[in-house]
Amino acid sequence: MADFDITSGERDGMGPHGTKVGLLRVLGPAHVWALGVGIVLVGEYMGWNFAVGKGGAYAALIACWFAGILYTCVAMIDSEVTSTVAAAGGQYTQAKHIVGPLMAFNVGLYLVFAYTMLEAANAITAGYLFSVVATMSGFEGELDQRPFIILVIMFLAWLNYRGVLATLTFNLVITAIAFSAILVLFLSTSGVLGGGIMQHAALFEGHELPYGWVGVLAAMHFGLWYYLGIEGTTQAAEEVRSPARSLPFGTLAGIMTLLIAATLTWYVCSGVLPWEFLGDGVNGSVAPLFDTARLSGSNGLVWFLGFGTLFATLASANGCINDASRAWFAMGRDKYLPAWFGAVHPKYRTPYRAIVFLVPIALIFALGAPLDQVITFSILSGLLEYTFMPLNIILFRKKWPMGSIKRGYEHPFHPLPAIVLLSLCGITFFAVFLGYGTQLVAMIGFYIVVSLWFHFRRYRFVDRGAQFTMPWPKPQGY
Amino acid sequence: MQTWNFLEYAAWGLSALFGLHMLADWLKTDSSYSEDVLTSSREGELEAMTEESHKG
Repeated sequence: MADFDITSGERDGMGPHGTKVGLLRVLGPAHVWALGVGIVLVGEYMGWNFAVGKGGAYAALIACWFAGILYTCVAMIDSEVTSTVAAAGGQYTQAKHIVGPLMAFNVGLYLVFAYTMLEAANAITAGYLFSVVATMSGFEGELDQRPFIILVIMFLAWLNYRGVLATLTFNLVITAIAFSAILVLFLSTSGVLGGGIMQHAALFEGHELPYGWVGVLAAMHFGLWYYLGIEGTTQAAEEVRSPARSLPFGTLAGIMTLLIAATLTWYVCSGVLPWEFLGDGVNGSVAPLFDTARLSGSNGLVWFLGFGTLFATLASANGCINDASRAWFAMGRDKYLPAWFGAVHPKYRTPYRAIVFLVPIALIFALGAPLDQVITFSILSGLLEYTFMPLNIILFRKKWPMGSIKRGYEHPFHPLPAIVLLSLCGITFFAVFLGYGTQLVAMIGFYIVVSLWFHFRRYRFVDRGAQFTMPWPKPQGY
Repeated sequence: MQTWNFLEYAAWGLSALFGLHMLADWLKTDSSYSEDVLTSSREGELEAMTEESHKG
């Protein structure tokens, strides 16, 4: 055995391929959990309730559990592949190794767009929350939300720039508080502790499925909100101390946390708020958990859920900056984008150019684009990414069968999760097409155009040998 | 002028500070280190080290 340890302070990040400055391996499973759950939890605080508007409360619950199955498949597949391809870039790097360069370029763009748009949406939401707090505290007149939107983006980018350990420790603390707030709200309002205020039977009577099964299908689009972003855990792959253990552990603990949080959220909100109010996320209930706390009559709960909403928003934006920058950095490192983006800060050991470059893009979308369009672009990019995953795992198992390469986690019942995921993606595409057909077609058109650009113009600059530095055995059949 | 008006100005100011700090550090870093060092990162170093240690 060699007498060195790559995770030691002396050798950390540097290796035989000539890395002089690499990303810092300092994270543990709790940080991976905080990254995944942190990005998603804002979806429990707001957004999911549009599913109620599409098909009623039961439709939202069915969408919640179907999307839960979809994301459990995503988490299992991701855990297996990422525990093997432990490099920054996540699904982009997986696609590069397993499918090919064109798929990788597209997946890289899906990731950067999904996370940057989500970051912008979170910043817009944070600005709105500040204005609500101002109104509640007696401020007269209209608060200018722009400085608060910009502050959220600049502060979190600065935190990301300064180091991944502080960034994700911050996420761990605020995500844990936001999750605890949901648990406390459930315990306080459901009757477990003290008197309950749930009125499910009365609120649902005559409104079980107001639009029938078509409403359930339409609700699927917003069912994604409960879990959208859990796949972001893979972007930490190059910065965790033990990828084979931490990534599956953090990701699977994350999806379990979200399944609990999503179900509790549906239960408390649908048991207190009438479905017509709950389902209107613009003029009705913008933040359903917060509204439920307000109806509980407890000032403590109102404050706790108020902070929970703000913390969930910040945690999501923070995780998105982390993930978008890693994907952009990994594409630069492989020269899929200019190699200049593949730089690592020698002191903070972060992809600092990628972080700074994405700041103005996030600002443009946060200040200049309508929230619903920003969110839709983020969801559609995510959905395209999930559609790639089943193909990815089937090819992975085919090219590197069990036993041919060391896996940190082996997901069960293959290929069933891949088939289920592909089927659910198909259903969700149809649901999205019903509501946002024009955006879906426009976005697919955009990705076709950039694919042509990559194939005919950009790929000539890619150093084809240097992009595969993993010491893997040759794939079967090659 | 109310508290929230001051907070608006504070948010503008803090945003500018965070932005300027990143830009200043970015320029300083780029001028202090060669491009070869800054872009020397390669994926798979941990796996390659493990491979090396097994051979060793």
